[in-house]
Amino acid sequence: MNLIHFFRSALRSATGGGTVYHLWMGTLTLLMMIGAYAYYVQFDEGLVVTGMSDHVSWGLYISNFTFLVGLAAAAVMLVLPAYILRDVDFSRAVLIGEGVAVAALLMCLSFVVADLGGPLRAWHLIPKIGYFNFPQSLLAWDVLVLNGYLALNLLIPFYILYSHYCGRQAEERYYVPFVYLSVFWAVSIHMVTAFLLAGLPARPFWNSSLMGPRFLASAFAAGPAFMILTFTFIRTHTRYDIPEHALSKLAMIATVAAQINLIMLGSEVFKEFYYPTHHSQSAVYLFFGLHGHNGLVPWIWTSIGLNLCATAVLTFHPLRRRPAFLGVACVMLFIAIWMEKGLGLIVPGFIPSPLGELVEYAPSWVELCVTLGIWGMGLFVFTVLVRVALAIELGDERSPLARS
Amino acid sequence: MAGQISEKLFNFFNLGRAEGGDAAGCGGGDAGGCGSGGCSSGGCGSDSSHSVLDKQVGRRGALGMLFGGAAAGASAVKAQASVLSEESEKEQKLLEWEEYFKGNFRLMSAEEKAQTVERLTSLARIKSGRNVHIKASDANEGVLYGYAFNISKCKGYRECVKACVQENNLDRNTEMQYIRIFEMKNGEMNLEEGDTEFHHQVPAAGHFYIGTQCFQCADPPCTKVCPVGATWQEPDGITVVDYDWCIGCRYCQAACPYWARRFNWSEPEVPAEEVNPNQHYLGNRARKKGVMEKCTFCIQRSREGRLPACAEACPTGARIFGNLLDPNSDIRYVLAHKKVFRLKEDLGTEPKFWYFMD
Repeated sequence: MNLIHFFRSALRSATGGGTVYHLWMGTLTLLMMIGAYAYYVQFDEGLVVTGMSDHVSWGLYISNFTFLVGLAAAAVMLVLPAYILRDVDFSRAVLIGEGVAVAALLMCLSFVVADLGGPLRAWHLIPKIGYFNFPQSLLAWDVLVLNGYLALNLLIPFYILYSHYCGRQAEERYYVPFVYLSVFWAVSIHMVTAFLLAGLPARPFWNSSLMGPRFLASAFAAGPAFMILTFTFIRTHTRYDIPEHALSKLAMIATVAAQINLIMLGSEVFKEFYYPTHHSQSAVYLFFGLHGHNGLVPWIWTSIGLNLCATAVLTFHPLRRRPAFLGVACVMLFIAIWMEKGLGLIVPGFIPSPLGELVEYAPSWVELCVTLGIWGMGLFVFTVLVRVALAIELGDERSPLARS
Repeated sequence: MAGQISEKLFNFFNLGRAEGGDAAGCGGGDAGGCGSGGCSSGGCGSDSSHSVLDKQVGRRGALGMLFGGAAAGASAVKAQASVLSEESEKEQKLLEWEEYFKGNFRLMSAEEKAQTVERLTSLARIKSGRNVHIKASDANEGVLYGYAFNISKCKGYRECVKACVQENNLDRNTEMQYIRIFEMKNGEMNLEEGDTEFHHQVPAAGHFYIGTQCFQCADPPCTKVCPVGATWQEPDGITVVDYDWCIGCRYCQAACPYWARRFNWSEPEVPAEEVNPNQHYLGNRARKKGVMEKCTFCIQRSREGRLPACAEACPTGARIFGNLLDPNSDIRYVLAHKKVFRLKEDLGTEPKFWYFMD
């Protein structure tokens, strides 16, 4: 009975709101519809409508996928201090972090499905019914860890919110074991995704043992950056109070992660360029262009520029402590890492081809629209989740049975 | 519409006779392979068309039990009276429905293999009006295929490329090619400096030619990464793709160090009159959009003891193909008497494709 009330209340708080809210949700819906149309075109004609080719066989979809896995994993940077280190600061922020994880994971799965040549045959992945090539294929690992992480991040917040909705405390002995599990799981989703690329000796650009650690560092910079922005918005626009020092601690995490990420970038650049071999061709293409092909050169330098500025601002305490500077730095850091851990990572892996042919890649309108649509969907889901969570946490929505 | 279909059917009967000799040839090679096709009743002559029709009605009845007895009865009566376009459309839908739920080829029983081959044969006939012969033959005992490429002899004529496209029913629309011929300047051995898009008279002075295709690695990185096990290495060393099981994630394409895999970015097109009807389930049968494919050393030919199309078409004799386990084979002669090398040996993929010079 309570459960029905819960979902009815959830629906009410998700659909009710002011003009600006409806405008925001309407815009996201429009993006989703554009994406759906573009996907219909792709579904009908095949992946030929994308910019991908036999030479560059992964593009914008997989680029967004790798980045968003990081964003999902970053939720753990809130969970870890809140539940395990007992740093109560974060307890109010954790639900939001898990909302980010859920939205990011849904986007990840959508991007993977959008990239499939035969989405209708995706059931072949289901163990027993299909054929799940586990543990050989890292993609099989990824399917497993992403869905597992999604389940964990739906389960934990649902239990906590539902308990509060029913007017009782969430029992720690029920959910804390899952919280511990999700911490390891978060690291694993990003490591597995890195291994998916690093395990290919055919692509020297990815075939690096630094791939996994660097994924984590960049994710733990971009993720908290996104959450700082969200929390700032929630603090100023709702009654939900996230304490100031929670924000500053989060900023500290983003700063350290961004610094470590830069050290690793330097390490990679040194290895590729101190004595460039044939294995460095992709890096040469990415940073400086190769034989007149330089499609990604402005892209990667923009990313590095933004990254350096953001990290510099974050590193100086007086700057970081000013909300305006912090906000700008977070936006820059988020965009920089999306650019670098997205197209800047995936596309150069294919250029030049293993036999040395140089074919470049640029996304088509279909890819751009589908990508926009999926981002729209992710933000839509995130907004709904946050709205419901806040309504319950603020006590606006309570089970009618709770009072009796 | 009805006229069109009966014309197709007529063509099919004609073709059945025309192809009779060719198809019957396979009966001698590998009984299992031929038997699992549409001609299990012994010879593959013109009689086969009747047996296919008989089976069709039988299967239809069986399917009808799923969708209601009355409909089945009606459809059976109709089928005997005449072949209407509506009927064949419905038939196509049913066949595609059944095909959708079939399993991974590697895990199929012999019976299931025979059933899917029959469905695919019927579908090919409905769609293109042509009678194709699809084998599902297993690897022959004591065979491991190997290939050698004589760099001294290749003159860059690319007859191999042409033969490959025709033999393997490669998509004409995107001009898919499994084989790449690199034109190299004398004094270079780095493929990155080679040119694959040469359009001038060959052989060009001061140049030599080197061809690549799938090297059928003994330790293939591509098969390991497939999340659904849609690609694997057969016991005779050929790496194959189950086109109906592939989900099109293209992970194998990223994993191949030799750029040997090709993806169907759109619905592949081969003009009906150019379709090679001598097909294999794991080889040159019809593909669809969104699936991976690759060179299979012409599995439909090699398993019958014939040369791959590229080796047969080469006018200079630069291409040597044979059984690595047979000490008297040409390939073994090359390995024993020539100084051979392979590409990217450092990766440990152990290609079964060697280069040599005279």
